[in-house]
Amino acid sequence: MARLVGVEIPSEKRIGIALRYIFGIGPSNARVILSKAQIDPSIRAKDLNEQQLSQIVHAIQDGKYVIEGDLRRELGMNLKRLQGIKCYRGIRHLRGLPVRGQRTSTNARTRKGPRKTVGVQRNPNAKTGIH
Amino acid sequence: MGRSIKKGPFVDFHLIEKIDEAKASKSKTPIKTWSRRSMITPDFVGLTFNVHNGKIFNPVFVTENMVGHRLGEFSLTRTFKKHGAHTAKAEAK
Repeated sequence: MARLVGVEIPSEKRIGIALRYIFGIGPSNARVILSKAQIDPSIRAKDLNEQQLSQIVHAIQDGKYVIEGDLRRELGMNLKRLQGIKCYRGIRHLRGLPVRGQRTSTNARTRKGPRKTVGVQRNPNAKTGIH
Repeated sequence: MGRSIKKGPFVDFHLIEKIDEAKASKSKTPIKTWSRRSMITPDFVGLTFNVHNGKIFNPVFVTENMVGHRLGEFSLTRTFKKHGAHTAKAEAK
C-alpha cells in the first residue's frame, strides 16, 4: 500500500486511476500530473518505486492543486458564506432543496433524500367539529 | 454566460442616483427600490435597501460579503410552505 500526500492509500490499481482517490484530483488532473512526473499511467500503484512516488508528490505540490482537507474547507467556507448572507442560494442549501432552479414538485430526490410521507397533522387548537 | 467585464457591473441608473444622494446626505433611511436586478457594488455597503419582492419591501442591510450578488437574491419572492399544522404547540412536540 502506497501513501501519497498524507493519508491517500491507492491500492492495486493503475496509478492513473489510483490518483483519483485523492479528493480534488479527477481524470484530467491525474493525467496532467503523471505526464509532468513522466510516469506511465498504466503502472500499478504498488509497482512504483520510492523515486517515482516522490516525483508524483512533487508534481502535485508544484501544480498548486487544492486537495483533500484544504479543498473540503474551501467548499465549506463557500457554503457558509452563502448561508451567512441569507441570499437565495444560501437558503436553498439550508433547506436541502435544489439550488439551481430545478423543479421540486416532483423529482429533486438527490437533494431532498428519500421520500418522507407526511400524514395529516391536525391543528391542536382547532375546535373538535361534528363529523 | 456571464456578463462581459468590459461593461462592468449592472446597476439601474435610478438606483445609482438614490445611492449618491444617500451617501451625500449621510442618511440612514432605507432606500426603497424595485430594482432587484441591480448588482451590489462596494458603494452599497453599509446602506439599507427595501427591496420589493412583488408584494412587500424586504429590508436588506448590505454587508461586504454581499458584493457581487444582486439585490433580488436577498428578497425572496416565494413563501416556503410546509405540510400540516404549524402552531407553536404542534412544533414543540
